[in-house]
This record gives sequence, structure tokens and C-alpha cells, in this order.
Amino acid sequence: MKHSTALLAGVAALALSAGSALAQVSDDVVKIGVLNDQSGTYADLAGPGSTLAAQMAVDDFGGTVLGKKIEVVFADHQNKPDVGSSIVNRWIDAEQVDVVVDVPTSSVALAVQEITNRKGKVHLNSTAASSDMTGKACSPTGIHWTYNTTALANGTGKAIVAQGGKSWYFLTADYAFGHALERDVSAVVKAAGGEVKGVVRHPFPNQDFSSFLLQAQASGAQVIGLANAGADTINAIKQAGEFGITQAGQKLAGLLVFLSDIHSLGLQTAQGLQLTTGFYWDMDDETRAWSKKFAAKHNGAMPTMVQAGVYSAVSHYLKAIKEAGTDDGKKVVDKMKELPVKDFFARNATIRADGRMVHDMYLAEVKKPSESKGAWDYYKILRTIPGEEAYGPMNPACPLVKG
Amino acid sequence: MIRILGLVVLVAAALAAPYFFYPIFLMKALCFALFACAFNLLLGYVGLLSFGHAAFLGTAAYITGHSMKVLGLPPELGILAGTAAAALVGLVFGWLAIRRQGIYFAMITLALSQMIFFYALQAPFTGGEDGIQAIPRGHLLGFIDLTSEIALYHFVLAIFVFGWLVIYRTIHSPFGQVLKAIRENEPRAISLGYRTDHYKLMAFVLSAALSGMAGSTKTLVFQLASLTDVHWHMSGEVVLMTLLGGMGTVFGPVVGAFLVVSIQNYLAQMGSWVTIIQGGIFVVCVLLFRRGIVGEVLALIRKLRERQARTG
Repeated sequence: MKHSTALLAGVAALALSAGSALAQVSDDVVKIGVLNDQSGTYADLAGPGSTLAAQMAVDDFGGTVLGKKIEVVFADHQNKPDVGSSIVNRWIDAEQVDVVVDVPTSSVALAVQEITNRKGKVHLNSTAASSDMTGKACSPTGIHWTYNTTALANGTGKAIVAQGGKSWYFLTADYAFGHALERDVSAVVKAAGGEVKGVVRHPFPNQDFSSFLLQAQASGAQVIGLANAGADTINAIKQAGEFGITQAGQKLAGLLVFLSDIHSLGLQTAQGLQLTTGFYWDMDDETRAWSKKFAAKHNGAMPTMVQAGVYSAVSHYLKAIKEAGTDDGKKVVDKMKELPVKDFFARNATIRADGRMVHDMYLAEVKKPSESKGAWDYYKILRTIPGEEAYGPMNPACPLVKG
Repeated sequence: MIRILGLVVLVAAALAAPYFFYPIFLMKALCFALFACAFNLLLGYVGLLSFGHAAFLGTAAYITGHSMKVLGLPPELGILAGTAAAALVGLVFGWLAIRRQGIYFAMITLALSQMIFFYALQAPFTGGEDGIQAIPRGHLLGFIDLTSEIALYHFVLAIFVFGWLVIYRTIHSPFGQVLKAIRENEPRAISLGYRTDHYKLMAFVLSAALSGMAGSTKTLVFQLASLTDVHWHMSGEVVLMTLLGGMGTVFGPVVGAFLVVSIQNYLAQMGSWVTIIQGGIFVVCVLLFRRGIVGEVLALIRKLRERQARTG
């Protein structure tokens, strides 16, 4: 009897120690896969800069966690969901990747969210815009870090109305994304006491905005909202500059505009544009210090909000692995939600149950050329938008949100 | 004898492949191989360059995705629905496009497929930019669980072999002979009493249906259908695969598809270089071996045989 108890205890002890050994770092390496567009439309705003940001986060962390090496790999998904999904499947099944980060283009991001959820790996998304990532497509191992369409609509919409921009006219890309953005911002504008004077829908993609801009100008609205993205937004802003729309007193509100877009447009064209951003390099000593380090390794280009977001997300992820003592996807994400998020990027930040990283956002205005003191001095921060206000309540469509 | 032996080796290799290579990669390559074979039926054997084949691939992908995710159809019916939809679209496209030849034919197919693209961008059921995501793979015939990658691979392989055999049979039938006659000299085929438009339309619909079958199968593999499938890039990619492998040969498109998919998959780590490498290979191919890889190999074999016949 005694003998068997001792044996049982021995077996239990063995099982325990085996258990704790198993619960540590899988395959003796923590592998970070940066998946984004390395050569197309989104290469400047995320692309190689995001890979660099992830590598910087690893280097600043010391290169190892729990005594195991941290590696960064990257791949180009060419904005094609099937290419992205086969890369991620291979990464997870055959190449021991533990976390997929960045992932612009909502169709690819949603596919990656699905795969990582099914396979229990972590997905730290910085660049995709869709608020579905923490809505009906939310995942217990997915965190949406930098921004989403809700925050952009709330930030830009509410803040501009509060600044006196009461009447709006929308220039909307005629497809699901544009419609959703227009609907969200209209709702915010109306709720804040503003009015929507009209809408013009342009085909996607579009080169010539002249007739649409003239309609917007003729409407007499104070604010022209650009419910589009990427090249369409850039073209619209460029042509608005040629028509002298902002100089004539109307304001342009860009909903999805990145620092790299402003850099390629130039201040002469982009001046006066108002936008919401999750980060700006020139806010205080901390942001400046990190951004200058980044720029030194990135041909002098300052980080966009999503690149800074990648750094912040990866750092927090590594911290959570250290605290949790394991790189198991679900456990690490639970730990990430538990730990306070605090760095140069994330202010007053928490990670909600639905996987949304809620942090302060900023309403910015693009400076006039005369106001800019040098290269990359582009934004004036008009207002800090508290995270709660920007991201709103959790979406009940997400199964992780309880009653 | 050698031929049979070769076939046995090929079948054995195909069956064993998923144990050595990554199954999802193989399945993707097989889907594109079928797509390229279907395209080759039109380009290589009827001499019609369609620049709108993405429309068939994409339509089928969306129909299969929607019918499996929203209507809850089992995979076999989902694929049939997608294939049928592609055939129907092919009938309409073909009926309009075969009235013109050469560059005009290509332009009409491109224009029509762009209409499908914009429809897919706007229609609510396609999910616009997001596409249809998380499509369940379901159970084949109610009892084979397709979430197992090995099971799915064999299913995809079976579909590919079926499609390839259909094409092979078509090419080597009297119908196929007429198609080749049209390719070589259409006025002569007409003067022989063939209603060439009927033949062209039938080949077009067959090609569209098989492209659709490839698209439906791809949806099942990746569990998603997106705008990439209907974008004109896709129409260009299938031209690239067919030309690289060798148009007008039965194995050429398969080789081309495997090559292009491998480049996309294994060189993805090279970042921005993927598209440049792809372009470089295409330029080299066009400059140095215009008949494509398989085409050049076949020509070489023929030359050797002729020399042997002359000396021996």
C-alpha cells in the first residue's frame, strides 16, 4: 500500500515537472513573423519599416526571453489573402512561428485572424483598419493594436465638429469599405450636433476627382470628409490642393491617412488636412528619442503610427512571455491583457477582453509649409482623444464579450 | 512500356507528395495547374487568347464560398454550384466574345471580366474588400472530414486528375481535331463545312467551367474567396503560367503553375523581390525558350529522335 502511494507520488511529481517543462518555450525559439506588403501600396507605411520595428523591439528586449533566442522573419503577402494565408499556414505548421505581426489589408488580416485562432497562435495586428477584427472576427489569441475604423471615425468626426466644423460633405469610395466609413462618420457627426449636407460616391479606384471636388466645393460645407483610402485619398488631396479648396476656407478631413502619405504629398498640397492618428513622432522626448533611433536605421524616414505600433506590440508580447513563463498563444495573450501597457507609444492603455488595445488617439492638422521647421515636421496635435471616447464600447458581435 | 512506367511513377509521386511537401502548397499548385490547363485548352488548342479568365475562377470561388458558408451546402455540391456558375458566365462571355478575333477578342474578355470584378466589389454577398472568410470545409459525401489536410489533398488531387483527363480526352477527340483545325486556319475549317463558332463557343464554355472548378477547389483549400481571384492580375498570372510551362502541351501548364506558385511561396521571404524575379523569369523565357519549358523539352526529344532515325 505504502509502496504504491510512493510510486503514485513519484509519478505525479514526474508528471508535474514534465508539465512545467512542456509549458515553456515551444521548439526552443520564439519566432516572430512579420507579414505585410513589402513592395506595393502599403510598403511605405508598414513594409520593411515594420520589420525593422519588430527587430528593434527584440534587440531592446535583449534578444532572448526565458533563456531562449528570439528570431524575426518576414514575408511579402502582396495584399493577396491566398498568398498570406499559405505563408502563415506554413510558418505555423513547418517553421515554428509563434506570433504573426503587422498584416495590412483587411482581407488578409481577417484570414490570418482565422488561422491563428484555429491553431492557437498569436496575431498582433497593427496595420489593418477593419473594426471587425475585434467585432465578429475577434479571436482569443488576436490583438488589434494601433487603430481601427471606429477610432478614426470617432476621432476625426467628433473632434472636428467640436472644433466648429458643423457641416460635412462626403467624398466616398463606392464600395463596402467606403460606405462603412461614411456611415460611421455620419453617425458621429450627427450625434455631435453637426449636419451632413451631401455625399458623392466615386468609383474605386479613381484617378480624376475634379467633378467630385467641384460638387463638394459647391455644397458650401465646412468640411469635406474623405471616406476612402490609399491612392484614392492621395489623389483627392492632391487635386483638392490644385483647386485651392483648403486655401478657400473649406477643411479636408482624411480618415485613413498616414505620415508617409503626407511625406509623399508634401506640405504644400496637404496643408490644413485634419486626421486622426495613434502616434506622432514629435510629441515628447520619449517619442522623439525612439523615433530618431528608428529613422537612423530607416534612411531617415520617421515611423508611421503602425510601425511604432509594431514595436510597442512586440515589446509587450515579449514582456508577457517572460511574466507568463510560456509562449503558449492563449496564455500569453491572457497575460498581455492582464499586464498594464505602458511605453512611448501607448498612453493610458489597456487591452480589452475583445482584443482591442485601447489607447489615446490624437487629432492632428497638417502644418503649413511656413510652420514646418524641417524634414518630417508635419503635424500639429490639436487634441488628445481619450481611448474610451475613440474606441467606444465593445461590440456585442464578438463572442468574447460577455453579456 | 516506358510510358506506362512513367505514369505509374507519376501517380505514386502524386499520392506520396503530401508526406514530403507542405500539403497546402501542393493543393494551391494543383488548383492553379488545373486553372492553367483549362486556359491552355483555349489558348493552346483553339488559339484564343482570353484575358478574362479570372472572372470564371472568381465567380466560382464566390459561389462556392457563399453556398457553403451561408447556405450550408456540402463541399461536393458547393464545387458543382461554383463550376456551374462559371460555365454559365462562360456561356455569356463566349457568346459575345467569339464574334471577334485576336486582340479584340482579348479586350472583350478583359472588359467583361472587369465587369465581374466591379460587381464582386459592390455586391453585398461577396464581402467587398474583406472577401468571404472562414468558409467551412465540411465533410465530403457526409463522412470524409476535409479538415484533415491529407484527406483534402487527395480530394483536390482527384479533382485535378478528373479535370486534366477531361481536357486530355477533349484534345484527342474528333472535336479536338476540329479545334486544332480552327487554330491553324479558320477559313479553311469553315470551307470544310464546320460551324466554327459553335466549336469555339463549346471550347470556351468547357474552359470556363474547368477554370471555375479550379476556383471552387481553391476556395475549399484556403477557406476564403476574395477580390484577388477576380482581379485582372489573376488573368495575367494564368497567361504567365501557361506560357512558362509551354502552351499547347498537356503538361506544360502544370509545370508552369508549379513553378509560379513555388516562386510565390518559397521566395516570399525575399520581400519586394518576388515580383521582380517573376518578371525576370518571364523575360528570360520569352527571349530564350519561346515554346515554354515543356515545349522546349519536347522539341529537343523530337530533334534527337529525328537524328537517330536519320543515322539509324
